[in-house]
Amino acid sequence: MAPAEATLETRDVRARTWRAGRGPVLIFLHGAGGVPPWNAFFNTLAERCEVLVLEHPGFGKTPSPPYIRNVGDLAMYYLDVLDNLKSERVHLVGNSLGGWIAAELATRNCSRLASLTLISPAGVRVKGVPVGDNFIWSPQESVRNLYYDQAMAEQLLAQQPTDEQAELMLVNRFAATKYGWEPRWFNPALEGWLHRISVPTQILWGAQDKLLPARYADAWKAQIPSARVEVLGECGHLPHMEKSELAARKILDFIGRR
Amino acid sequence: MEFIYFHLMPYRPLDMAERAKHRSAWVVMPNTLYDPKKGAEEYASYIEQLVYAEELGFDALGVNEHHQTAYGMMPAPNLIASALIQRTKRVKIAVLGRALPLTNNPIWIAEEFAMLDNLSRGRLIAGFVRGIGSEYHATGINPYWSHERFQEAHDLIVAAWTKPGPFEFDGQHYNFRYVNLWPRPYQQPHPPIWIPSQGSSETIKWASHPSRKYPFLVTFSAQDLVIRYLEMYREEARNHGYEADGNQLGWAAPIYVADTDERAKAEAARAIESLFNDYLAMPWEMLLPPGYMSLSSMQSTMKMRKSLGTLAKRVTVDDLMASGTAVIGSPKTVRAQIERVREKTGFNRLVSMLQFGVLPDDLAKRNMEMFAAEIMPHFR
Repeated sequence: MAPAEATLETRDVRARTWRAGRGPVLIFLHGAGGVPPWNAFFNTLAERCEVLVLEHPGFGKTPSPPYIRNVGDLAMYYLDVLDNLKSERVHLVGNSLGGWIAAELATRNCSRLASLTLISPAGVRVKGVPVGDNFIWSPQESVRNLYYDQAMAEQLLAQQPTDEQAELMLVNRFAATKYGWEPRWFNPALEGWLHRISVPTQILWGAQDKLLPARYADAWKAQIPSARVEVLGECGHLPHMEKSELAARKILDFIGRR
Repeated sequence: MEFIYFHLMPYRPLDMAERAKHRSAWVVMPNTLYDPKKGAEEYASYIEQLVYAEELGFDALGVNEHHQTAYGMMPAPNLIASALIQRTKRVKIAVLGRALPLTNNPIWIAEEFAMLDNLSRGRLIAGFVRGIGSEYHATGINPYWSHERFQEAHDLIVAAWTKPGPFEFDGQHYNFRYVNLWPRPYQQPHPPIWIPSQGSSETIKWASHPSRKYPFLVTFSAQDLVIRYLEMYREEARNHGYEADGNQLGWAAPIYVADTDERAKAEAARAIESLFNDYLAMPWEMLLPPGYMSLSSMQSTMKMRKSLGTLAKRVTVDDLMASGTAVIGSPKTVRAQIERVREKTGFNRLVSMLQFGVLPDDLAKRNMEMFAAEIMPHFR
């Protein structure tokens, strides 16, 4: 099922969007690598939901206005986006950087959320549990470190990006740097406000995540005691890519759309 | 022509077999490879070389800032500058330079430079740089804002030097209720500001602006690139309606002079190769973190990279001599190369690095003496 590509204008930002399926609205916020390819994860979700993927300002071909300088700004921007949508409440799903944005948004205002799913979210630091350094990794190291399944990593590495893809990857790297370089992938103030998240929350983590270790799930659980935590075996930092169907099923199961 | 005797203070006793196990001699190579006893000897040797350069007639002594690396042992170049001020009488002391974006309080830089200017009774040259890419890994400072922070820190420092205090400074990255510098700089309105750079077009545009006219020094580049960047500066100046003076144009290069071309090459080979392959080399994720160069400059660099291929191979002394990145040869050869760049660009400031890589003290000293006797007088 190919998604319909469009743009969504919020204030002066015209964001690229991809949309497919029917049902309650489920929004996916992507990670530092940019909008992921439309795979079984999205198709499975789209069987039961109206899936909407938005590109963050600064990534890909979505411009970044001068007033969006950090993840807090992105969270405020997405609150504007939610106000812009027709649906009363949405299921919000975010991976890594996208999970961080979703959590920042939810600590500010949950009134437009039906549920929250954080997939290996950035945003919190656990002292003494070192994270990987995706800014020093070479592109090859990054792929190998992001996936548990090395056959899958090699397959991805075998594909030569086109010039356009290479250019978008560079743009995404710039955007990731803006939002995640310092402090490295977290906001020191976030953890102290996670208790404000008042909607059903699920946390998914790959057991072999080398960027943000699965032990980070404990820190999130400690601040959001009602959260359901699922650690997926044989899986790295990108469960929606590596365990795409399973991750989608966990989400559908959690939001009652099995 | 003005001659600056420039030093990086590399850590020469580096175990190269251990070095080879790491992606770079910067940031990630364990500091257990640094032996403080040997390091202390290095500092002593290098200070002697710098002090000797005054005796040999150089116009300025140049030091610079680098962090978490065996490439240069001067994370705080002002400390060395301060020591040199006490040991010298006449030469200018050029800190080339302090990396403005890497600090969260640029007023400290303004204060320290003002102190050095007073201590030396006006012999300070203040270099402003952005640091090299890996220093954004070393400090954690976000490279995305590198240009913004550099320009804002520059504005703050110049204001602190020239504007009666106390005043307020309201910036995007830096905000201060009180800016009120004690001491004020000795030179009025402020010490000369020089801009060493690898030649980003953004920097050239900015430095050449008529409100600044800062001397621009191209560092460690192939001679054709050096010429191109200095020409670019001249063009920018013309676009602004003025002709750049030779004193606004500088070239920084490792130089080695010996009696004959053959001898020069033989003596310099291992040291110059160590400089580029062992000390300076780093993967591009470290060298060019996003934002260090603008997106458009980065896009053209990527295209160039693609056409060059991705094979990382060691450069040889022949490569470096052929491109003119290093100037190595007999007095005649070295004079001819400097003359060539001067004819094409009219540059008037030569930043010579006469100790580089693992070059030992005796050869470094002889190189200095040859340079002072055989090269400098020719261009005076």
